[in-house]
Formats: sequence, C-alpha cells, structure tokens
Amino acid sequence: MSVAVPVAASHERVSDEARVVDAHGDHRVRRRMLLIAGLVVSVVVLAVVTVLSIAYGSKPIPVGTVFRAFTDFDGSNDHLIVRSLRVPRTAVGLLAGACLGLSGAIMQGLTRNPLADPGLLGVDAGAALAVVIGIYVFDIGSLLGYVWFSYAGALVASLVVYALGSAGRTGATPVKIALAGAAMTALLGSFTSAILLLDTETLDQFRFWNVGSIAGRDGDIARQIAPFAVVAIAVSLCTWRALDTLALGEDVARSLGASVGRNRALCAIAIVLTAGTATAACGPIGFVGLVIPHMVRKFTGPSHRWLLPYSMILAPILLLGSDIVGRVIARPSEVQVGIVTALVGAPFFVVLARRTRLANL
Amino acid sequence: MPTVDSQLAVADGVHDATVTDVESSARRSTNRVVAQRLSLAYDDRMIVDSLSLQIPTGQITVIVGANACGKSTLLRGLARLMKPKGGVVLLDGEPIHRVSTREVATKLGILPQQPIAPDGLSVGDLVSRGRHPHQRWFRQWSAEDEAAVAWALAQTDLTDLATRPVDELSGGQRQRAWIAMAIAQGTPVLLLDEPTTFLDLAHQCEVMDLLQHLNETDGRTIVAVLHDLNQACRYAHHLIAIKGGEVVVTGTPHEVVTEAMVADVFGLAVRVIEDPVTGTPLVLPLGRGRQT
Amino acid sequence: MRHRPGPVVSRRYLVRVGPVSTRIDVRTVGVSAVLVGAIFLLFCWTISVGDFPIPIGEVIATLLGGGSEDSRFVVGELRLPRALVGALVGAAFGLSGAIFQTIARNPLASPDIIGVTQGASLAAVSVIVLAGSGDLLGGVASIGVPIAALVGGVAAALLVYVLSYRRGLVGYRLVLIGIGIGAVMTAAIQYLLTRATIYEAARATVWLTGSLNGRGWGHVRPVAVGLVVLVPLTLVLGRQLRLLEMGDDAAKGLGVRVERSRLALILCAVGLAALATASAGPVAFVAFFAPVIARRVVGPGQVALVPSALMGSAVVLASDLIARRILAPTELPVGIITSIIGAPYLLYLLWTANTIGRSG
Repeated sequence: MSVAVPVAASHERVSDEARVVDAHGDHRVRRRMLLIAGLVVSVVVLAVVTVLSIAYGSKPIPVGTVFRAFTDFDGSNDHLIVRSLRVPRTAVGLLAGACLGLSGAIMQGLTRNPLADPGLLGVDAGAALAVVIGIYVFDIGSLLGYVWFSYAGALVASLVVYALGSAGRTGATPVKIALAGAAMTALLGSFTSAILLLDTETLDQFRFWNVGSIAGRDGDIARQIAPFAVVAIAVSLCTWRALDTLALGEDVARSLGASVGRNRALCAIAIVLTAGTATAACGPIGFVGLVIPHMVRKFTGPSHRWLLPYSMILAPILLLGSDIVGRVIARPSEVQVGIVTALVGAPFFVVLARRTRLANL
Repeated sequence: MPTVDSQLAVADGVHDATVTDVESSARRSTNRVVAQRLSLAYDDRMIVDSLSLQIPTGQITVIVGANACGKSTLLRGLARLMKPKGGVVLLDGEPIHRVSTREVATKLGILPQQPIAPDGLSVGDLVSRGRHPHQRWFRQWSAEDEAAVAWALAQTDLTDLATRPVDELSGGQRQRAWIAMAIAQGTPVLLLDEPTTFLDLAHQCEVMDLLQHLNETDGRTIVAVLHDLNQACRYAHHLIAIKGGEVVVTGTPHEVVTEAMVADVFGLAVRVIEDPVTGTPLVLPLGRGRQT
Repeated sequence: MRHRPGPVVSRRYLVRVGPVSTRIDVRTVGVSAVLVGAIFLLFCWTISVGDFPIPIGEVIATLLGGGSEDSRFVVGELRLPRALVGALVGAAFGLSGAIFQTIARNPLASPDIIGVTQGASLAAVSVIVLAGSGDLLGGVASIGVPIAALVGGVAAALLVYVLSYRRGLVGYRLVLIGIGIGAVMTAAIQYLLTRATIYEAARATVWLTGSLNGRGWGHVRPVAVGLVVLVPLTLVLGRQLRLLEMGDDAAKGLGVRVERSRLALILCAVGLAALATASAGPVAFVAFFAPVIARRVVGPGQVALVPSALMGSAVVLASDLIARRILAPTELPVGIITSIIGAPYLLYLLWTANTIGRSG
C-alpha cells in the first residue's frame, strides 16, 4: 500500500512549516519594532508633559524661562518658582506616577483579576490609619511627616494581609488575598473613622492628605522618596518574568520549574514598595493603577515584558497631565490631582469596559 | 430519509412573505425542531451562516464537526439560548422566539456544556429544579413534581445518591444528575452540548447508554453534540456533519460516514471499517502512531 | 411504569393546602426563628439601656401601650424609632447583599459593586456641604439628606446599568463599570470634604461612617414602606434567583427569562440598599458579611434570603448597642462597630478555611 504517499506528504509538510516559521519570525520582528517605537514615542510625550508641568500652573511661565532657570539661574521670582516648587513637584509626580502604574500592573497580574487595585492589599487603609495616628497622637503636621507614617502603615498592613492570605496549604491565592485585604481595609478603616470622629482637628488635616495631591511636595520630600522610588521601580521591573509565569496558572508554572511561592512573594514586595511610595508621597490616588494597565494591554498584549515599562511611562503622563489640568482649571486655586485622575480616568475606563473583549489576563 | 438537498431546495424557493406556507408544512411534517436559514453570530463574527436543517422526531441525532466549526453555537441557537442574526428556528411550526420561555422549557430541555452546580446543592435538589417550568409561585411542589423527580432519579439510578452534594459525585454521576434534571423537566426533546467530554470511557458509555434508553423507552428526541465520531456512529440514528458553520451532509451514519467525508470535514485521512461489536461505521485514522 | 411517590429530598417539609403547596427547609426555618428571637431580645435590651435606664419589664409594658409618662417619651420618641431604623436598615442591607452575592456568584460582592452606596453617599455629602451650617438650612438638610441619598443611590445604579448595557447585560462588565463609577464618586466625596468648612466636613464624616444617631420616625417610615414593598417582591423572585445560580444557559433552559429576572432582582437590591443608605448612611460591611454568615449557618445549597435579612438586623442592633454604651456617654457611630465585629470574623473564616484545607 502507500508508503510513498506519507513520505511525499511529510516533505510538503516540512516546507510548509518552514514557511510558517519564517512568516512568524517576520511578524515577531515587526511587532518588536512597533513596540519599541511606541515606547520611544511615549518617552517623548512624557518629556513634553514634564516640561509643561513645570511651565504651567497658577502662574504660567514661558518655556524659555524654564530652561534658563537651570542654565542661567539669576534668582528671579520665576526661576525660584521653577526650581523650588515646580521641579520637585513634577519630580514627585513622575516617580509617584511610575510607581502607581507599576503597582497596578503587578497587582492585576498577581491576582489575575482585572479589578485588582493595590488598595486590596490594604496599602491605602494602612497608610491612612498610620497618618491619622501620626496626626492625633504625635502631632505630625508636615507633609514629610506624613510620608514616613504612611510608609510604615502601608508596609505593616500589607504584610499582615499577605501573611493572612498565604496561610494554609494553598498559599496566597488571589481569592484569599482579596478576602484578607477587604477585611483588613474595613477593620483599619473603622479605626481611622473612630479617631477622625473623636478629634475634629485630626479630620481637618487628614481630609487634605486623603484626597491625593502633589501640591506642596517640595525638594525635601522629593529627595527623600527618590531613593525608595528608584529601588521600588527597579524591583518592579524585574518581576516581569515572574508575572508571565504566574499568568499561566500555578500548575503549569510549577511544571516549568518556577517557584510559585517565591514569585508571588516577589510580586507582593514590589507592589508594597511601589504603592507604598506613591501613597506616602501623594496620599491615596486612585484610578491610575487601575486604568493604565488595561489601556496598555490593549496595545502590548499580555506579556509583562512590555506591559511593565509601558505602564511605568504612561502612568506619569496621566498623573502629570491631570495635575496640569487641576492647576489650570480653577485658577488661582487648584483641584487636587486625585480627583482629576478619577474624572479623567473614568470615561476611559467605561469605554474600555464596553468593548467586546476585556483583555483577559 | 430525505437528504438535506431536497429540504434546502424547498427553503431556497421560499421568500419571507410566504413563510407561513413553510410553517404549516413544518407543522404537518414530523419534525418538531427545524432551522431555516439560521444565522448565528457572536458580536460581528458570523459563526453559522444561513443554515437549514430538520431534527427528526423520536430519534437520536448527533451533530459532529471539527473544533470551532460552530456545532455548539448551532445547538445553542436551536435551544433558544442565542438570538439569531438571521433566519428562524421553528418549534412545532412556531418561530421559537415567539413562544414564551416557559412554554419552550416544557418542550425543550438543555444540558449546557459546563453547568454550574452551586456549592453544596444536593442531587435531589438539583433534579427538583427541573420542575420549575411546571410550577407557579403558589404551587411550588405538587404531587406531579414529586412523582416526576422520583421517576427521574430511578431512571438515572441516582435514588440512593439523592441527598449527596453534587460536587462530591464522580464525573459520570454528575452528568447523570444533570440529565436527571432534564428528565424531571419532562420535555419530549433533549439537547445536550458535549455531554461526554471530560469523562472517562466507562462514564462516557454510561451517559450514552442512558440517552439511548431514554430514546427507546419514551421516544424522546435527543440531539447531542459529540466530539467523538465513533461514539456518534454507535449511538446516532441521524448524523449531521458541520464544517465552517454550514451543513456538509446529513443522514444515517452508514450513509454519511465515508473516508471522503471525514477528510473533508475533519481534515484527516482515515479508513472506515465496520465496527465488529455494533456494525456501525468505525473510523480509523491513518497516520504515524506505532506501526508494528 | 408505576411512580413511587414519597419524599426523595431530605430536610424539607412539604406544606400543601389544596392546590397551594410549598416546601420549607427545616434548618432555614430554625435559624430564622432563632434570629427573630435574638432580634427581639436585642430590641428590648437596646431600648432599655441608655442614660435613662428602663427595666426590661417596663420596656415591654411601654411597647404594649402602658408605662409611665417618662418611659413613653424616651421609648416612643427616642429609642424605639432608632431601634426600628437599625433593624430595618440591617434587614435591607442583608437582603441586598445576599442578592448581589448570588447574582455575581462571588462572595465578595456587595451593593458597592454597582455604585449605589457611593452614589447615595455623594448626594448626601453634597447636600450637607452645600446646604451650609445655618440652623434653618440645617433643618432642611436633615430632611434633604435622606431624600438626596435615595435619589443619588438609584441614579448612580441606573447610570452604571445604562453604561454597561450593550445588547444585553454581561455580568463582569456591570461590575467593572460599577467599580469604576464608584471610585469616581468616592473621589468626588473626598474632594467635597476638602472644600467644606470643618464643621460640614465633620458632619459629613459622621454620616459617611453610618450612624443611627438622631434617627426618628421620619427615618423609619421610608425604610418600612420600602421593605414592605420590596421584600415580598424579592422573595417571589427568590425562586428565579435559585435557578440563576446555575448559570444563564441552564436557567434559560428551565424557562427563566434571565435578563428580565436579573434586572428585576438588581432593581430590588438597589432599592433596598439605597433606602438603607438614605436612612443610616453606608453602614459599612453589613451587606457584605451578613449574607456570608447566614449562609454558613443555614448550610450549603441555600440562597438564604430571609436569614440574611434577619442576620443583618441582628448585627446592626447588636452593633448599635455596643456603639452606644462602650464609650458612654459618647456615642460611637454604628458603622465603626459593624466593621470591628465583621472584619475579624471574616479573617477567622479565612483562617479556618485554610486550616481545614479547602482551597480559597
């Protein structure tokens, strides 16, 4: 019978496969170039927004003056505003924005839940309680003081949440973390409310921190959070492989030789560092971490190798952009960035959610 | 057995304005479930395009085809789980979307592909829910309901397991429980979407034997989507082969399952012999494997 | 074929009167009875304690129409309406949470996911902040706040529904948009708090925590009317809710009009949550964990609507009792205590689930 037929068929099959591989390879190269180009464009946009952020405000300063404040400093009012107010503020916005974008992307990847927001780990609730305790008990009044209390609170709260969520045989599954996070958020929130209700002055200070803002963040704050932010961003960028592995599901991940527990822990640490830094610097700012990864994923696909850098660059664009809008829209006063990101982010998010397929993680 | 070509010829010559003629002829025919120029789509992706077929009453019909050919979508369209983008499904001569949901539920029972049993639900409770189309808010548990559930459990041999939670059962038992629910529903037509996927061989036979028993004792019309062609040959009276959302051929397994058909529909070179146990066609893939 | 009748399903008692019949789950009835008893006890207890303590016997006498002049005033004007609001609000939140958790098939669901409590809060805070702090305006605010909250809650839910409707309602899209809109409203609330005077901000924060302070008959009536209308409706729809649990396809196959049922159930749940928030503020957490506890007690396989409502009542009454007395004479808002009770219990559930070895 037909021994010759199968052989001829396999010849054809081989060359067919080769053709497919070639086409696939071309496709991959093209895609990579597209993604790199996109990244470059994003960086350029970020640079533009950064300059605008320094130039715009309740007192518009021409871009030329902005540059001269560095090259040719002459102690004038404008130059002072640029160097001691606008630049640190923008720097904080850049770092915090990058942290927010990364924390959101990693959180969504870790919990495999498109609704996940770093607040689920208890970061926001812990930071808030710590700040309130700082104001009430220790009479902290400066933004810098808030920063350290906020960090401490965020760290402790997320540690507890993660420990509770990972107790037991199955480890830190997404559902358990979410449950533990929800419980802690409620518990810590009630303590926070209790203190706020008992002492009106604490409320008076706290409500301004709680709305999320980069106003008044000066050189001191920028200098102090910068090293933490840099470390947080570095750690976060290294998690891309862990996230891609976890996305395949625990069983497949284990069969590929990955240590699921270690990967999860690494991601959790990255989230706590980034979200903690952002919250410490600006107070709780929502939406950026939720929306940006979704938008990025539409363009880059689910691989975190591109998702993380893109999130890192696009999130500050959103943040600084919102800050500019907030400064310009209500001259001479400002609308805090926390509310503007919500108002800007929401329509984006609704449009995104209405499209047929939400990018599945 | 009329082939699909003659039916299509009839349908092609019919305009929408004369659909009543077709309806009355459908009512006169013995086929209770008929699809006419049915088009089904998910958002803008057309899965089934202008497909016409008839489900013979009182027989076991199996729909086969390659992955993603539209067979599950077709079943969902027939079961009124999807709104057609074009064409119509007739149930007893009436366009199915004009019949009330409750009435459809007394005539068509469906076992969906991955049914969700809520945590801790017992087998008896699950089967009882099949009585819903016959119940009203004031008549929540009549004597007929009681009898129907008892009978369904007896037919599927689950009477002893009635108090066990569904999620503690084996795969085969769980499928039997869902089928028992459909039996309790008391419908003359039963639609099943891949009822044997994920089951081991013994459980697959368990489920298919049960369906055959239901067909033989009650004359129920069974329509199943199966991915195993040999299983389909063994149990089906009537086979429908789907490719790319269109009917390729229909008829008895003997008529339909040929090497040419399998090559066309599944893209696989095979040899077809007669099954030494049942006499139905048996499909043997040609290919690598361990040649001795 | 002979049919052999007889109970094939255990734990159910059949009640049949002529053509009318229903089956009652024994454990659910038992749990509900115990909860009713607990509610009654808590009711009497919370009425009897306070700065003007009234012995329980006197409380019962006053409730029945007798009692001294003083007791009648304290009970009738102050404590009874407050306790009633507490019980009714708890029931409404418990029921609303049970519906959401069943429809979303997710134990983490609550009315928050559709933005109704945030919408109600935003409306209420707007009225408090914009109405100013004058006495006359304060009076307007005390009527205006509940009405605004009710309107705001329903409007927000409608907005989310409209935004997520696209040739039918898809569960996750509704939740996603609900959370998104909810986050916007929360941000707006925080923004308003920064624009208000400290006095207004304090009042708003009290309201936002969920409180029964100063709740009088004016607050009882809307919730009572709402419950009288919505609870029977929900219970009738409860049959369809049970079927929706099995997935859309199976439910449709059994004759349930899935889209319509779901919409009706969501409307009921929204109405209940909006009314409850309007009366007492967003009493955090009750809608979340009352159904969870109720389901654990009643046993698996039940939707447990009535036990969820009763559990909600019991929790709110107990929390209010603690909130009023624990730091006497200062009265804490009830919302704080519900979280303090609820959160550790949730964590305990997590812990025991872990040690038993069930996957999360």
